[in-house]
Amino acid sequence: MALTAEKSLKNPYLSQKAEILEIFQETEIEYTFRLESDFELNFGQFLEVSIPGYGEAPISVSNFTDQWLELTIREVGKLTDKIHNLETGDFLYLRGPYGNGFDFENYRDKNLIIAAGGTGLAPVRSLIEYANNNLDQLSDFEVLAGFKDAGSLLFERDINRWRQNFDVLLTVDKTCDIWGECVGLITEHIAELHLADIENTEVIVVGPPPMMKYSIIEFQKLGVPDDQIWVSYERKMHCGLGKCGHCKIEDNYVCIDGPVYNYAEVKEIRD
Amino acid sequence: MGFNFSKNEFNQLLESLDQEYQIYAPVRKKKKDSFSANDLITYDLVKSLEEIELTAKSKYSAKEIVFPIRETLFHFVEGEQFMASDTDDKYIIFLRPCDRNAFKRLDKIFLENGPEEDIYYKRLREKVKFFVIECTTGFDSCFCVSMDSNTVESRDYSAFLRFEEDGVSCEVNDQDLAAEFEAQAKEIDFEPEFIRKNKIEVNLPDRDKLTNEVFEHQLWTEYSQRCIACGRCNTSCPTCSCFTVKDVLYDENKKSGERFRRWAGCHIDGFTEMAGGHNFREEYGDRMRYKTMHKIYDFGERFDFDMCVGCGRCDDVCPEYISFSKCINKLSTIIEEGV
Ligand SMILES: Cc1cc2nc3c(=O)[nH]c(=O)nc-3n(C[C@H](O)[C@H](O)[C@H](O)COP(=O)(O)OP(=O)(O)OC[C@H]3O[C@@H](n4cnc5c(N)ncnc54)[C@H](O)[C@@H]3O)c2cc1C
Ligand code: SF4
Ligand code: SF4
Ligand code: FES
Repeated sequence: MALTAEKSLKNPYLSQKAEILEIFQETEIEYTFRLESDFELNFGQFLEVSIPGYGEAPISVSNFTDQWLELTIREVGKLTDKIHNLETGDFLYLRGPYGNGFDFENYRDKNLIIAAGGTGLAPVRSLIEYANNNLDQLSDFEVLAGFKDAGSLLFERDINRWRQNFDVLLTVDKTCDIWGECVGLITEHIAELHLADIENTEVIVVGPPPMMKYSIIEFQKLGVPDDQIWVSYERKMHCGLGKCGHCKIEDNYVCIDGPVYNYAEVKEIRD
Repeated sequence: MGFNFSKNEFNQLLESLDQEYQIYAPVRKKKKDSFSANDLITYDLVKSLEEIELTAKSKYSAKEIVFPIRETLFHFVEGEQFMASDTDDKYIIFLRPCDRNAFKRLDKIFLENGPEEDIYYKRLREKVKFFVIECTTGFDSCFCVSMDSNTVESRDYSAFLRFEEDGVSCEVNDQDLAAEFEAQAKEIDFEPEFIRKNKIEVNLPDRDKLTNEVFEHQLWTEYSQRCIACGRCNTSCPTCSCFTVKDVLYDENKKSGERFRRWAGCHIDGFTEMAGGHNFREEYGDRMRYKTMHKIYDFGERFDFDMCVGCGRCDDVCPEYISFSKCINKLSTIIEEGV
């Protein structure tokens, strides 16, 4: 077990150090970490993030520029607990980017609707920011975001900023305490979206599996064809490279073929 | 080029190859099997013909030589990562055609699937030479002929060996080794032979007839009652390639430790478990269905052959007597007769 071994640059399992530039608290258990970055990223891709000694986990890039990227991380276990103890100036270890991400060309000049449940907002946040800055590249844009309660509201500062430029419909499952907006489950509000010109509409649905399932049913009922619906899937992942096998569904490896899929292509697949 | 060796001459060849290579072959270990007083047939280093077990199937395949059960990926100290070192060892592996073909499956996943090659697999794999053991009779649970893995093309081996009463006949296909073979033996004409019929045959179901009902069929519910999710079918399979990555911390202050990978199996609890405890395949029967589909459909959709090579090891090791070949045939019947 010599420590003298060479460090190979071509080893896809080695990660690079990235300094934490800023930390934003989103909720009790979710923080956004802004890190220095020179990754070339697409909307909706993810990184394998680690603190050596505590494990590695796939985390979506929740926003990025040429200089930095953001990760919005929920505290659920060994690694994510440790990450939440880090401070500005500390380091995280990153490799990637992985996955296909959202191809903006599929939405250009269309009416784009994004329906996101809870942390499902993280993988689409960079796309929303791009749309916000380039509204002329879409014919209409609208976001529907559902949260359990006021305590789980994410990206509050962004939502207020976005609302100056396009509609963001917020739904709260249990209480009425997000800015007095009190509306029940996300699925109950899909009919209120701008769906007049369905032929020219593309819909992105991201969130926990039950939210995705029932939201898609609602969109289908309103006449949105399956091939105009896009989803992003989460599965257990241990490599991000198409090797470890944990993320496979039928002949799809979610880490390399996904996580973004056109719903028509995956509606039949079974775990 | 074909050669014939007496047993003595063959041992001299092994002795000379042993100078440069670690030679792995199936061996018999007396009363070493975990659950009985039976002998364990497994892979180990050999130096002579007499040590090689040629009459029984090995319980485990040779895959762990190239894809170790536990493998260090890198060490880390104070924020630096150091790729685990590798030895200069070169390997010769004695194996049957099905097991040689199993490496083709592993090559697909580790070297071709996804954007990058798996450097840990690659650096071991490049140092392996295959010596294929002629196999014309097979064993009771084998179905390699149905899986089209009973034959091996000559470019896929360094040597092909027929073990006879009084010696070994073989073909050599590898410039690196030709001189050593020539030095020990006399030249003959040699034509490899392969098994053409197993006791067990499976009918591979037609992929176009797969429907959603097949996924829901009670066939799988029955396996939920029988399978105990021990994962022995995964560990004994020469084509199972899944792994889990973990860290160990040796010293918290110095932040030193290692990241390693370890074999994982789709039958075993936790394989699909996500944060929050959600499992994508809770039922054991669903895991059997997932493995079956992977071995005879899904892999073949991405690459040009099926994953299962029909070695029958999963049948041999299952404590619940679940037979994979029977499962494939039941599935075929269900699909052919329409659900
Ligand atoms: C494509 C993708 C994008 C993701 N994006 C985000 C994100 O933006 N923000 C976020 O907070 N989380 C995200 N996750 C989930 C995140 O990866 C897990 O919460 C994380 O792995 C938990 O790590 P842990 O060490 O803290 O937990 P652990 O202590 O390892 O375990 C806690 C639980 O997480 C499960 N788990 C362990 N490893 C993984 C894994 N590799 N993948 C999934 N579950 C695992 C365990 O089985 C256990 O149930 C994403 C997952 C995927 C697949
Ligand atoms: S699935 Fe069973 S028969 Fe097929 S290769 Fe694996 S162990 Fe052998
Ligand atoms: S060996 Fe048999 S009991 Fe064990 S996981 Fe495999 S099918 Fe189930
Ligand atoms: S995460 Fe390992 S194969 Fe997809």
